[in-house]
Amino acid sequence: MNVGIVSYGAYIPRYRIRVDEIAKVWGANANSIIDGLMVFEKSVPDIDEDTITIAVEAARHAINRANIDPEKIGAIYTGSESHPYAVKPSSTVVAEAVGATPNLTVADFEFACKAGTAGIQACMGMVGSGMTELGMAIGSDVSQGAPGDALEYTAAAGGVAYIIGNKNLVANIEATYSYTTDTPDFWRREGMPYPEHGGRFTGEPGYFKHVASAAQGLMDKMNTRPSDYNYAVFHQPNGKFPTRMAKMLGFQNEQIKQGLVVTHLGNTYSGSCMMGLAAILDIAKAGDRIFMTSFGSGAGSDAFSFKVTDRIEEIRNGAPSVEKLLADPVYINYATYARHKGKIKL
Amino acid sequence: MSVPRFWRRLKNLYNLIGTHCEKCGGYFYPPRNMCPKCRRNGIVNPFKFNGYGEVVTYTIVHTSAKDYSKLTPYILAIIKLDEGPRLTSQVICDHSDIHIGLRVKAAFRKLGEESDKGMIYYGTKFVPI
Repeated sequence: MNVGIVSYGAYIPRYRIRVDEIAKVWGANANSIIDGLMVFEKSVPDIDEDTITIAVEAARHAINRANIDPEKIGAIYTGSESHPYAVKPSSTVVAEAVGATPNLTVADFEFACKAGTAGIQACMGMVGSGMTELGMAIGSDVSQGAPGDALEYTAAAGGVAYIIGNKNLVANIEATYSYTTDTPDFWRREGMPYPEHGGRFTGEPGYFKHVASAAQGLMDKMNTRPSDYNYAVFHQPNGKFPTRMAKMLGFQNEQIKQGLVVTHLGNTYSGSCMMGLAAILDIAKAGDRIFMTSFGSGAGSDAFSFKVTDRIEEIRNGAPSVEKLLADPVYINYATYARHKGKIKL
Repeated sequence: MSVPRFWRRLKNLYNLIGTHCEKCGGYFYPPRNMCPKCRRNGIVNPFKFNGYGEVVTYTIVHTSAKDYSKLTPYILAIIKLDEGPRLTSQVICDHSDIHIGLRVKAAFRKLGEESDKGMIYYGTKFVPI
């Protein structure tokens, strides 16, 4: 099945809050938290930004980067754990805003932090089966962390869109492999503003078991080794988990360095490892191989193997790079952050 | 804004789709069905503006209607699109950065919402280039 990435686009809100600013409010030891998480600051949405506006901006960047005709997009799947509506699709707004309506199918996906990569797999099926010429998979979130909770130091905002097709590819998807179990490590009940989690339980039985199983499963399926890849990117709820995961699997720090965007972005949930992949594509060369594994609590992982084509040079500068989106941030204090996130009710 | 009223203008709000008179070259936003210059001789078709323009004038709103209380104080500006038409919109930037002549581009943002359980309205605002 010759299916891959035709274009990609990312969007990151301009506001940032530093971890030490959050720690100051809760009387926590900032250095200890920064050392523990390997996260220095995180992105914060503007007051009038949400999962849908971020998804639209990322989708427009993806369309503009490769000058895609939006009417050729036959499927749009938006993955998020912070869709603004409980009932009413985010993807209809995205489809209308990028000019892809009305002749297409859309749906919203939810699988904690891996709904975006589930969207990529769905698009692969649609394109591979010939049901549509192009499909768009988006991971977008304005993730929530309860005041004072550990998640508040990392729960960030951002989105990434990938256009999947079988012609004019910038990266072939060589193979994908998934690993899924019912592991309740993180959840948010209907109507609740903030998620709950199992604390340390989210580590070994959640993240490490699923990411390792999917990653190893894909390498076994393809008969590849970590040394066969130029780059690797793993779901990044913080900096420490993917760094440790890479080491456990046999990847070197140099392979994960470019895609490790969490340190100055935070965890963009459904956009997390997809943002790392975008940062890698921003500098990758023809022939480079990229290994990616997502993780969604609940729990599951999707692993992918990509091979970059020479077309990447033609489209690279058609939309802002992740580095550019991360540059020139506006730092805000906790009070402004609370206002932006709706933690202060008017 | 009622749901049907928003829905009727949705394409124009999301993508700055106005109209263009092919006879006299005039551009219109919001869209006009009839060219005010050519009248019945005009040839008016939908036109998607490129989303770039500059600030003609602006004000900073400190006392707003209830629907905009979360955003207050905010910048309200008249933007002249590169194709010619002028429209009123919010400009999202630091208040010290706004000035007449500022180059701006369209951005997709929330325009408002009815209430916590009501409809959310999306559309175009502007940000500095």
